[in-house]
Amino acid sequence: MSYLQLNRIEKSFGAQRVIKGVDLSINKGEFVVFVGPSGCGKSTLLRLIAGLENVDTGSIHLDGREITDLPSSKRDLAMVFQSYALYPHMSVYENMSFALKLAKADPAVIKEKVERAAQILNLTQYLQRTPKELSGGQRQRVAIGRAIVRAPKVFLFDEPLSNLDAALRGQTRIEIAKLHRDLDATTIYVTHDQVEAMTLADRVVVLREGVIEQVGTPLELYDRPANQFVAQFIGTPQMNVVSVAKLPALETIAALKAPAGGYVGLRPESVKLVHEGDGQIRAKVDLVEALGAETLIYVTTEQGVPLVARQTERCHLDVGAGVGIDVDAEVAHVFDAQGRVVSASQAA
Amino acid sequence: MKRLLPRVLMAPAVLTLFLWMIVPLLMTIYFSVIRYNLMQPDQSGFVGLENFEYFVTDPSFSTAVINTLLLLGWVIVITVVVGIAIALLTDEPFPGRNIVRILLISPFFIMPTVNALLWKHMMMNPIYGVLAQVWAFFGAAPVDWLTDFPLFSIIVIVSWQWLPFATLIFVTALQSMNREQLEASRMDGANYLQQLRYLYIPHLGRSVAVVVMIEMIFLLSVFAEIYTTTGGGPGDASTNVAFLIFKQALLGFDAGVASAGALFAVVLANVAAVFLIRMVGKNLDK
Amino acid sequence: MTQTQINKLIYVVRAVLSWAVALFLFFPLGWLVLTAFKTELQAISVPPLLFFKPTMENFIIVEARSDYLLYAQNSLVTSVASTVLGLALAFPAAYSMAFFRTKRTKDILMWMLSTKMMPAVGALVPVYVMAQTSGLLDTTTGLIIVFTLSNLPIMVWMLYSNFKEIPGEILEASRMDGASLWQEFRLVLLPLTMGGLASTGLLCLVLSWNEAFWSLNLSAAKAGTLAALIASYSSPEGLFWAKLSAASFMAVAPIVVFGWFSQKQLVQGLTFGAVK
Repeated sequence: MSYLQLNRIEKSFGAQRVIKGVDLSINKGEFVVFVGPSGCGKSTLLRLIAGLENVDTGSIHLDGREITDLPSSKRDLAMVFQSYALYPHMSVYENMSFALKLAKADPAVIKEKVERAAQILNLTQYLQRTPKELSGGQRQRVAIGRAIVRAPKVFLFDEPLSNLDAALRGQTRIEIAKLHRDLDATTIYVTHDQVEAMTLADRVVVLREGVIEQVGTPLELYDRPANQFVAQFIGTPQMNVVSVAKLPALETIAALKAPAGGYVGLRPESVKLVHEGDGQIRAKVDLVEALGAETLIYVTTEQGVPLVARQTERCHLDVGAGVGIDVDAEVAHVFDAQGRVVSASQAA
Repeated sequence: MKRLLPRVLMAPAVLTLFLWMIVPLLMTIYFSVIRYNLMQPDQSGFVGLENFEYFVTDPSFSTAVINTLLLLGWVIVITVVVGIAIALLTDEPFPGRNIVRILLISPFFIMPTVNALLWKHMMMNPIYGVLAQVWAFFGAAPVDWLTDFPLFSIIVIVSWQWLPFATLIFVTALQSMNREQLEASRMDGANYLQQLRYLYIPHLGRSVAVVVMIEMIFLLSVFAEIYTTTGGGPGDASTNVAFLIFKQALLGFDAGVASAGALFAVVLANVAAVFLIRMVGKNLDK
Repeated sequence: MTQTQINKLIYVVRAVLSWAVALFLFFPLGWLVLTAFKTELQAISVPPLLFFKPTMENFIIVEARSDYLLYAQNSLVTSVASTVLGLALAFPAAYSMAFFRTKRTKDILMWMLSTKMMPAVGALVPVYVMAQTSGLLDTTTGLIIVFTLSNLPIMVWMLYSNFKEIPGEILEASRMDGASLWQEFRLVLLPLTMGGLASTGLLCLVLSWNEAFWSLNLSAAKAGTLAALIASYSSPEGLFWAKLSAASFMAVAPIVVFGWFSQKQLVQGLTFGAVK
């Protein structure tokens, strides 16, 4: 029995269908990330769970109870908003204790809970300040603290890191992961950033145009994407997806049974550069990005197909140099003309 | 529940306003097609469009329409232009800026009747008025403003009252002006006039829309200023549509004709409203 | 001249010019105040007197001739009551428009404003007849109702544009925190909109206090407001200015002083959404 269960959820805004029939079950204690490009419906789905929007059809069950038509205030969920949505006229302490005060909890209990949360989040010395007097990262922590204090059934995060700068984002990401481990709380986290999805999630839900494309652990999605969309959405740089018709060499290399009009997908790390003349494909180097730990090499094959290769060795190729390409057929992904996977290769 | 709530919350305001609009409107429509003279209550009965014909063919009518538009147009132009100028002038700090601001907005709090009487007697009186004495000081012949330039005088009086409002809106708008933008433009070699043309004026666009809208709402029905100063005269020289209807209703005691005139004013207001929604409303909707 | 000198010159010119413009625009009002403390003869002296021994006799005469305090009380009662009533009606409507936006929201707002554009005189005969039949003629209650209704569109608009500046997520957060509609209103929305509410109320007070058309036509000796009282001073010519000024001074002083003190507050909410 799953903890949070979505059954055939649909939602339209006017004539626009935003969520087109979503089924999903989430287990207790699980960290689930909704990821997808903007406009895919991930935030709407979260808001439907939160009760900030009402579903058109379908049902939502939480902990054995139907909550489809309950108002947000009765669902026992906490949400961290993208803008933090702190109450500007209340101090940090008041912000964090607001929900408990509304629930008429004992003041001594409130004090204890708020202080403990403040300690966990390093906010103890800021409790009497107003949100205006805090930095972006501190506001973010207050928003999380406001959720923690309530010990809700499910934590909802709506792109919580998108207003932070890069360094703080990485740091807060780690804090959220630690927090989840310590509290063992069921969490749903919405983001458009696939790195956040990969690093935080127990399971990732990839959404596109209101439909779930795939659900799985981060590595499942990386190694066995169900379709071309997921394959290209997860992983940077993007997976190389090449029409078989454009690069016939691929067909012969691995004796892949690519259907007519099919595609072959190659992760950058399975594109191996070899000396000019060797390998199955000839190409020219367009650009070399040396990142230190790894090097990305952008090449164009003689058929005019652009490919990216990733290698951990340093690279001394010049732009315009000719290279050969060796493709590791074992880890190639094959898609049919509609972009569905035909035969996912085995993960190494 | 979620769909009901917004309507329930909106209902009191919408319903009362609707009643406030529709009941007088229906009554007005009824009065406008009957004979209804307060001095001759014995005469009554359906007269069709006679009242409309009487009101519209009244030679005062076209004058009143033109006066209404002139008053509206000039006051808007004067308050917007001068208001922007004052707002720009006082935008940078200088000694006593707060006192200057308080002096500037004071006329806004003055009631129209006091405003009108103040100008009529103490400013524009041809013998004792301050303006007459200033004219005399420079050796010019004093002007009898309200007799010789009645509409112009009304425009001055109304502008004086509405200028602070426009200034206030523009001052507030200027406070949100992007300072970095101004600095960037200076780096680009823009002089003050160019900054004015390319930065300040576009920034003030929305506030101009607001000022035009609010002033239109209030100025279409200027009444007290005319009532207390010129009484619409001499002749019809300073009569606007609102005052013409008043003349028919309370001075002519002809409620029927006044109602016909009122319906015309409703049409005028709606034309103005459509115009506003086209020109200004768009601007206000983010 | 160096750039520093030019800047200094601009600074001085700007300050002098600002003061000149402000004094020029304030002059009629200042003159009114001066005249209120002159004798009737001083009031019309040629050339005008700037320095004189102030007298209070005008105020005494005005109070003796017309019951100033009664009119002032009427003004106060009608403007405060219509403001409170107007806020009570406008607040939920503006809330609904700002936080439950639909396609028709703007149309409704524009419709409300368009009712305000109709010359009040157009509705004079029917409203007069209605007031007469319902016994509300020359009562403060009648004026309160009319003032409330004629200010309502502006109030809804002002509150609406203030509400739109509050991020909807804050209200959603309070709902997630378990707040009922009433708690959301009292604990979150109200504190956040205090500024807008105050400036809407202030504007409404000023408008009601100064309202002349309805008070002239719907009230007389019993419920007359100061605006109507002053109009009754309009007829006589000539040797009467000092008393007129004194009466005017008494009529505008409360609201002007009030306006000065609340100026900052008023300005904050007076943007009508014009400032992003």
